[in-house]
Amino acid sequence: MSMRPPVTNLPILLEDVSFVVRDVTILDRIALRFAAGAPTVVIGPNGAGKTTLLRLAMGLIQPTAGRATWGGRADASSDRRAIVFQRPVMLRRSTAANLRYALEAADVPSAERDTRVRELLALVGLADLGDRPARKLSGGEQQRLALARALAKDPQVLFLDEPTASLDPAAIKSVEDLIRDITARGIKVVMATHNLGEARRLAGDVVLMHRGRIVETSDATTFFNNPRTSEAARFVAGELLV
Amino acid sequence: MPENVSALQLVLAGDPALFAIVRLSLIVSLSAVLLAALIGLPLGAWLALSRFRGRDGWVVVLNALMGLPPVVVGLMVYLLLSRSGPLGSWGILFTPQAMIIAQTILITPIIAALARQTIEDLWLEYRDELKAMNVGTLGSVATLLWDGRFSLLTALLAGFGRAAAEVGAVIIVGGNIDGFTRTMTTAIALETSKGDLPLAIGLGMVLIVIVMVINAAAWGTRRFGERMAG
Amino acid sequence: MPTRRSFLAFATAASLIASSAAFAQDKSIVVASTTSTQDSGLFGHILPAFKKKSGIDVRVISQGTGQALDTGRRGDADVVFVHAKPQEEKFVADGFGVRRYPVMYNDFILVGPKSNSAGINGTKDIVAALKAIKGKSVAFISRGDKSGTHAAELDLWKAAGIDISKDRGTWYKEIGQGMGAALNTASASDAYVLTDRGTWLSFKNRGELVIAVEGDNRLFNQYGVMLVNPEKHKHVKKELGQAFIDWLISPEGQKTIADYKIGGLQLFFPNANSPGA
Repeated sequence: MSMRPPVTNLPILLEDVSFVVRDVTILDRIALRFAAGAPTVVIGPNGAGKTTLLRLAMGLIQPTAGRATWGGRADASSDRRAIVFQRPVMLRRSTAANLRYALEAADVPSAERDTRVRELLALVGLADLGDRPARKLSGGEQQRLALARALAKDPQVLFLDEPTASLDPAAIKSVEDLIRDITARGIKVVMATHNLGEARRLAGDVVLMHRGRIVETSDATTFFNNPRTSEAARFVAGELLV
Repeated sequence: MPENVSALQLVLAGDPALFAIVRLSLIVSLSAVLLAALIGLPLGAWLALSRFRGRDGWVVVLNALMGLPPVVVGLMVYLLLSRSGPLGSWGILFTPQAMIIAQTILITPIIAALARQTIEDLWLEYRDELKAMNVGTLGSVATLLWDGRFSLLTALLAGFGRAAAEVGAVIIVGGNIDGFTRTMTTAIALETSKGDLPLAIGLGMVLIVIVMVINAAAWGTRRFGERMAG
Repeated sequence: MPTRRSFLAFATAASLIASSAAFAQDKSIVVASTTSTQDSGLFGHILPAFKKKSGIDVRVISQGTGQALDTGRRGDADVVFVHAKPQEEKFVADGFGVRRYPVMYNDFILVGPKSNSAGINGTKDIVAALKAIKGKSVAFISRGDKSGTHAAELDLWKAAGIDISKDRGTWYKEIGQGMGAALNTASASDAYVLTDRGTWLSFKNRGELVIAVEGDNRLFNQYGVMLVNPEKHKHVKKELGQAFIDWLISPEGQKTIADYKIGGLQLFFPNANSPGA
């Protein structure tokens, strides 16, 4: 993977975006801009709408009001964007076969696939587990395989939905290291988490969400040391936002 | 078959007429499973993935068709294939082809309905990931059919079990002709009605053994495959 | 990978079907006959002889007489071989058959429980026997399936002066099935049943049943054969069908029929040349 000047998908602009399902407002008039650079961490309590925001920014769902554009285009194809879901689903095949499937779906020429499989497995630390049935991997290993599958698309933007939510500390560390590595290669990471510590460790920018609305967005330093809103201050202090 | 030999001895000694009966039963039912799979698997997959008005109603209809009585299917196919019927010019009434057609009609709903259930469950699991990987509809169907292949094998097995066990359809459209359209089930019906119970029982045991062997083989394949692929 | 697999499966199914279709095209005819003729084992004896002489495969569908005639009417058989003269003559008169040829006869017998519940075992008069059965309300099994045997049974009740459709009671059970099934039922319920001798001789599940009444010439059972009319159904294999009929009534065919024995006893008596048969 090489450093790429991000041109087609970024910036991602959400203008007055709402998402309403059966009279329940999940996202309420969101205005956001995801630009190239350090990871953006979307943080907030459970039920804030983080997952829905990520899916919408990925292009999996359409806003019910407002609009989303990618690099200025309203209908950008998603082949340079990738997402890792909170509980990734492994295909009923081996680890390597899962990766090969993702590469084929990303139209990588068959001659290159074997090489890419080896590279990606090495990158995520699963090089020895290529032949193991993917569903038999541990939680952390599955998370890393899902990351590898996402990277198979050679994305400019990578959405991660609570990537370490169910992992033990050692696994959390390896995933976070991977995220740093990915960022270093020039990929924009947009990550949702409810873990304050993780946000502190990884964020370049922070977006605080609560009940479907953006409470505050700022760079990490400002957010953690000098937040503008009282809710943000309370959240950073460790209080429950109800 | 010679009268003065114990029927059970015939079964055990591998009498050629008996062998022909077993062979025909397998050819008819296995062909029906193949054809029903070719129709039923894509149909089940399509229904699993589609969302249109009234779709749920069609799912109920398909499930209900699993209970088609074999003898009714036999009668319908008989009326279709009779020389006095719409497809009479095909001239295949009272032949093994008619039996294959009748059994295919009988078991396609079973395979389609069970496939739909399996594939729909798998689709719910896989849908987000496949969408995120930009896999199109055709690619998704192929992936679901492949990844679900062991459960689908169970569906095929259920279809085969139904076909191999039924007598109502094949006896009407086949005519139970000695040496031509006589299967294990029709032979059992005939020998019972002739009062030759030992032979009927012998044939019944052969049928049970065959069905159990095929079931065991499929179960074994499934276990082996699951261990391989998780 | 799935597509290659399904193509293979389709090719296998298609070739299986095609190969059995090819098999169907060689010299063969379909003969609609009765369950009693089938169950007696006659065809197992005479058809191999015919095949050897003519090379023609005879495929026999055995049904009740009513159904066999219906199969002929629909054109699903080339030849009809049953034992119900009035119905056969009507079949020809209605234009469904070309001509009726008598072939052979056997006789009906009344079988019943060894315990002789109707007190008729060993007698010769069938009409008296039936009157006794009704009088004592003894269990009686009827085929009830419009077969030749069923028609003969109804004629015998009429000859006994009994309107069986009106005068029946719970002792009279119609099962709507073939001769073997009727014998099974009679054996299981200690009942009387009218059967052709051929089926009785090859029936293995007799239980307590024995021959109760035989020898009455009202129990005479005549068989006839007819070619399905090719003018009504163009596809009828008229040369092959006629060849079968000609063989049945030829001296050679008639002798083959007479040679069929069970336990040393002849079942069928050829009478193709008897006038008025």
